[in-house]
Amino acid sequence: MHRAPQTTAVRRRLIATLAVAGSIVLTTACGSDVGTAGAADGDAAKAGGTLTFAVGSYAGCVDPQQVGSNDTIYALRQIVDSLTDQDPATGKVVPWLAERWEVSPDARTFTFHLRPGATFSDGTPVDAQAVKDTFDAAPKLGAKAVLAIGYLSGYTGTRVVDDLTAEVSFKQPNAQFLQATSTFSLGLVSSASARKTADQRCTEGIIGSGPFKLEGYKANQSITLARRTGYNWGSSLWRKPGEAYLDKVVFTIVPEAGVRTGSLQSGQVDAIGSVGLADESALQGGGNVDLRARANPGVVFNLGLNNSRPLLRDLAVRQAIQAAINRQEIVNATFPTGSKPATSVLAHTTPLYTDLSAQLAFDPGKAVSLLEAAGWRLGADGIRAKDGTRLSLEVDWFANAATNRPTLELIQQQLKAVGVEIRLRELPIAQITQIQQSGDFDALWGNITRADPDILRSSYSTALANTYRLDPGKLDTVLDEQAATTDTTKRQALVSQAQQLIVENAYVIPVVELTTELGVAKRVHDLDFEASSRIQLHDTWKS
Amino acid sequence: MRRYLAGRLGQAVAVLWAAYTVSFLVLDLLPGDPVSAMAAGGLDQAAIEPAQIEALRREYGFDQPILVQYLNYLGRAVRGDFGNSVATGRPVTSTLADALPYTLQLTAAALVLAVVLGGAVALYATYTAHRWLRQLLMSLPSLGVSLPTFWIGLMLVQLLSFRLHLLPAFGNDGAASLILPAVTLAVPTGAMLAQLLAKSLLTTLDEPYVQTARAKGAGRTRVHLRHALRNAALPAFTMAGILVGNLMAGSVVVETVFSRNGVGRETVSAVTVQDIPVVQGVIVFGASTFVLANLAVDLIYPLLDPRIVVAAAQQRSTG
Repeated sequence: MHRAPQTTAVRRRLIATLAVAGSIVLTTACGSDVGTAGAADGDAAKAGGTLTFAVGSYAGCVDPQQVGSNDTIYALRQIVDSLTDQDPATGKVVPWLAERWEVSPDARTFTFHLRPGATFSDGTPVDAQAVKDTFDAAPKLGAKAVLAIGYLSGYTGTRVVDDLTAEVSFKQPNAQFLQATSTFSLGLVSSASARKTADQRCTEGIIGSGPFKLEGYKANQSITLARRTGYNWGSSLWRKPGEAYLDKVVFTIVPEAGVRTGSLQSGQVDAIGSVGLADESALQGGGNVDLRARANPGVVFNLGLNNSRPLLRDLAVRQAIQAAINRQEIVNATFPTGSKPATSVLAHTTPLYTDLSAQLAFDPGKAVSLLEAAGWRLGADGIRAKDGTRLSLEVDWFANAATNRPTLELIQQQLKAVGVEIRLRELPIAQITQIQQSGDFDALWGNITRADPDILRSSYSTALANTYRLDPGKLDTVLDEQAATTDTTKRQALVSQAQQLIVENAYVIPVVELTTELGVAKRVHDLDFEASSRIQLHDTWKS
Repeated sequence: MRRYLAGRLGQAVAVLWAAYTVSFLVLDLLPGDPVSAMAAGGLDQAAIEPAQIEALRREYGFDQPILVQYLNYLGRAVRGDFGNSVATGRPVTSTLADALPYTLQLTAAALVLAVVLGGAVALYATYTAHRWLRQLLMSLPSLGVSLPTFWIGLMLVQLLSFRLHLLPAFGNDGAASLILPAVTLAVPTGAMLAQLLAKSLLTTLDEPYVQTARAKGAGRTRVHLRHALRNAALPAFTMAGILVGNLMAGSVVVETVFSRNGVGRETVSAVTVQDIPVVQGVIVFGASTFVLANLAVDLIYPLLDPRIVVAAAQQRSTG
């Protein structure tokens, strides 16, 4: 079988990207939107030193393909390179290990042309065989590799065309795959690592080609990275060519938020993750710490309604809930400074996001009139009822973010004001999948971090898991079409339409964007967020 | 003696089996399973194909009937094999073996501190002639028992680490990092010990034989330390088993606050993701420690207090 791949203008884009990257290096005046002003002050960036980064948890695994938790990904992202990188500012996919690529018009075949000269830290070359071994192994990794497995859904194999050319094929159109190759979950591992079992990879770690290598780790204690000498195949987005600045990076696991902030202020660590609203005042006080925030791309925090529930089949009820939520009040009360209310079902940092803020405006009057028109009358207890049924919903939530409880309690009050009762039910994390599959819920509270809009298809297509029990319809067609379109303009139109459909019909109620906030000591420079709001440390240096 | 020992060991085995079985049932009754917890490792709501989850359940054996799972686990546990952690893939035994030294360091240091400080408070409170000092010292133990460990830890870190920069706030490298956690863990244990010892000392000091000793001209200090303490310490010694249990339980909180590795931290992470093999391992370990500590107390007791053996012998002859 031979398909003629459509040659896109990747080469021209590469040159443009390199030119942009080069000019940033030369002028050093721009910095990134998240970087510090260190380089701009005329301080010469300094190589060497150890960066200590305190995070809250340890995932118990040092294989980037089997870890989803941010706290551990911060470290493991640094030990693997990806075929491509994604520009956090534009969402564009740009060269990294692959210097160019072609995507077939049906979005089923992806051909990557690797740059020569890159090696894994065991000395073996980063070649087409390594691409094949990495992708062949990933789907067999098991429960912990759900991200990688999802990206490779429908994977039929990789053909080694020549040493530096790999052709990846899928049985169905899979337009999101290109962005997926920029994620840590599909970072390349050496053939030797790919042969190991999932458990071995978790405990022994993997051999990557990244700017840092795993030097060691202690369970529940720390993960230590050391600079890879001779590294010279960085992403086209990075400002510094060649090796990373830092000699070492130590990720220390500090579960207590108060201890993390105190350690940062007292200089025992250089940076911390998971800064919450409550920690901000303490950190802003001393003047030696910068707070960095970036909205996570993907599906915003939302009330995922079960559209098969009799109450929620009523469009007026769904729309009324959507209008009755005061998103700004929630942001102000419970989320870190710099967080934004939802302006679509996708966060504004997601590629192909569309601003629908007008439709997500707080309008209690509209909520009331929608409910009145649909026959929901206020009862003596302040809750509306119709034909003897009270307008009362249960919202299930999981203790996976500190903001969940206060946010939901606020939503509870806001909806009470228009006569809708919300009952909150906290469930253990181990139950998420079961609840999603059984459909035994009115609404689920949560979000999904993913830097490609195809997450809308995985979440809301009725052909897939269909967690929210939507009826098959127009949305399915639109979502399937965007997955099969490699033309960005066409895909933009389709993705916008999908967002419109979801928001208009209030299938789920978008509430607030998840924002990742870091605390970084002023002596640390250029600690940047990548496109999925995790961190990139190649360019980071300490003065 | 041999029959006594065999009986006690039999009891210990029964306790371990019961702890294992009950915890297995409780974990099984919980909704959700480790596979779902792992799949939700990204902590967001991304949906997973049901077929995929089913395949994984099969792989880990969670699809089998509960009795089969139980017998499988039990059969291996008897041979000392608790299987592999579902979350990390490492054998449970080596996971716990790696964490244990840290917890032992912490609990041993805390126990020494608790005995020294608790003992000193109890002794001085019952010895001092100043009424106000006695009252102050006597009220310390109840304060220590009622303060949450969590709070004590955070206060100590705030003051000694963040303000005065004297000691590290986290980690378990070196002796300096052991001081704050050990003190934190010693406070409730030492306070309990002090309460008990002080009460027992007060009772003992009223006993006729102490009067006799005084009448024979023994000095106050000698009476207090030689005559009264030896008897008064016995009830406190009985508590050793419970103290060990308390220390193990306290290590869960202390290891979390001070970011130390250890059995307590392993327990917390295992429970969060319903990592059944590790939780089972921790339970069996905890139960064994408790059983062994109590057994040791029972065996040493007759050496300290000859009356116990006599009483046992009498019982045997009458019964």
